[in-house]
Amino acid sequence: MTKTTIEAPLPGTFYRAPSPEEPVFKNEGDQVAIGDTVGLIEVMKSFTPVVAEAAGTLVAFHVDNEDAVMAGQPLYDLEA
Amino acid sequence: MAISKILVANRGEIAVRIIRAARELGISTVQAVSAADETMLAARLADAVAKIGPAHASKSYLNADALVAAALETGCDAVHPGYGFLSENAGFAEKVEAAGLTFIGPRPETIRKMGDKAEARREAALAGVPTVPGSEGVVAGVEAALEAAAGVGYPVMIKAAAGGGGRGIRIAADASELRSLVPQASAEAKAAFGDGGLYLERFVSRARHVEVQILGDGERAIHLFERECSLQRRRQKVWEEAPAACLSPDQRAALCASAVRLAERVNYRGAGTLEYLFDPATGEFFFIEMNTRIQVEHPVTEMVTGIDLMRAMIRIAGGEKLGLAQEDVALFGHAVEVRINAEDPASDFRPHPGTVEKLAVPGGMGVRFDTMLYPGYQVPPFYDSLLGKLIVHAESREAAIARLSRALGELEVGGLPTTAPLHRALACAGEVLRGDFHTGWLEEWLKGRPLAAAQPATQSEGR
Repeated sequence: MTKTTIEAPLPGTFYRAPSPEEPVFKNEGDQVAIGDTVGLIEVMKSFTPVVAEAAGTLVAFHVDNEDAVMAGQPLYDLEA
Repeated sequence: MAISKILVANRGEIAVRIIRAARELGISTVQAVSAADETMLAARLADAVAKIGPAHASKSYLNADALVAAALETGCDAVHPGYGFLSENAGFAEKVEAAGLTFIGPRPETIRKMGDKAEARREAALAGVPTVPGSEGVVAGVEAALEAAAGVGYPVMIKAAAGGGGRGIRIAADASELRSLVPQASAEAKAAFGDGGLYLERFVSRARHVEVQILGDGERAIHLFERECSLQRRRQKVWEEAPAACLSPDQRAALCASAVRLAERVNYRGAGTLEYLFDPATGEFFFIEMNTRIQVEHPVTEMVTGIDLMRAMIRIAGGEKLGLAQEDVALFGHAVEVRINAEDPASDFRPHPGTVEKLAVPGGMGVRFDTMLYPGYQVPPFYDSLLGKLIVHAESREAAIARLSRALGELEVGGLPTTAPLHRALACAGEVLRGDFHTGWLEEWLKGRPLAAAQPATQSEGR
């Protein structure tokens, strides 16, 4: 098992769910497949999905919903 | 009672604008800042700064309780909401007043009444102001929408009753499109505004967007003529002018008089704007909605009338009566404003925050740059992309656009892409020079990739 830390591709506001009323994209412990959406980053009112480029188990989030993130800041850990 | 200290409950260029007007009136200012905005220009210019919460707007600039608490803690006696954020939130205005502070804007009940599009249309009809054929009030559900649309006539626009800024608008060409769009639009409105109520109106093709600036003191209202804002992308204005060159003198007089009737009917207090659709084919104008706040494009009106709208709205909030009669307001020349946004026109206008590595601000006669920028400023990614507004004024429309081209040539924002190349291209486009456009024109024109050709020229300028 190797653990990889996935970083924010761009700066903005991180969201774990598509909208406040909807469930989160992923919980800690969930399986992640390539192409899965893990969160959204809002940059100046434009939303970019954070799409998994590697598969594995999402073991930990480093940021909370609606947190400000900088580009390169750790978002989540993946074990594969 | 006169105002002595204002909490600026906004950010960016409009916060700078508010501070400047307040200072000219001898009023001190406290700038509300989120955790991401402590270094912004308005925070540097204000007499004091009050931290109101984290970067996310819902916890700072949209947090009514935090703003009111900050105003009280810093000894302010008034709150200026700017535009966007809580500026058209009647609940916020009520909280401000309940705390014994002055809200620089209309009374909360006016905000509530005119902020509800169906209610605003009813008031317009009672004031004898023409409106676009539309549903009588909010339509609930698909069947009600279909029934209303049959009376309105297709194509119809579907709008969120609680919406604003052009968001959440859809167009249905016929009943089957309406049937599929209504549930989507309602769900989206519920998510965005907490209210899924919808409203329908006739879609006028090749319409032009004109709007009338109003000042009222609660009893009497005057107009400061109109603006045209037909150059829009994704229903966001990008280029605004005053006056509207498409109107004849008679049409202008009728339009502006209708706006004064509606403003006086609702006993409007402060600065406000009535937005209209103008059909150049028939010469008809239709009231769409009222914005009960200062608008982004207010400077073009200031330039052609010589009246400082920001100072005027603060003085009215402080209890003064309108110092002007309608005859005191005269139009001189023509003004154009272009919005300089942190967006990359070469990459489908993708928002692009970054650090301002270099800044050259245009100058000379008739040029004004209202901005939040300074060299070294790090534009945060958390808010909208407006960096500044370049405004020019000259004796005629033709001279104003020539001046705009000249000023855009002097503008240099290094370190991040901006929409300046779009405006450089627009200022040379034949349709723009002739004033031959409508609210859908810009998006059609952009499909021809006019900026691809403009790109090398921009780069060779070394920008």
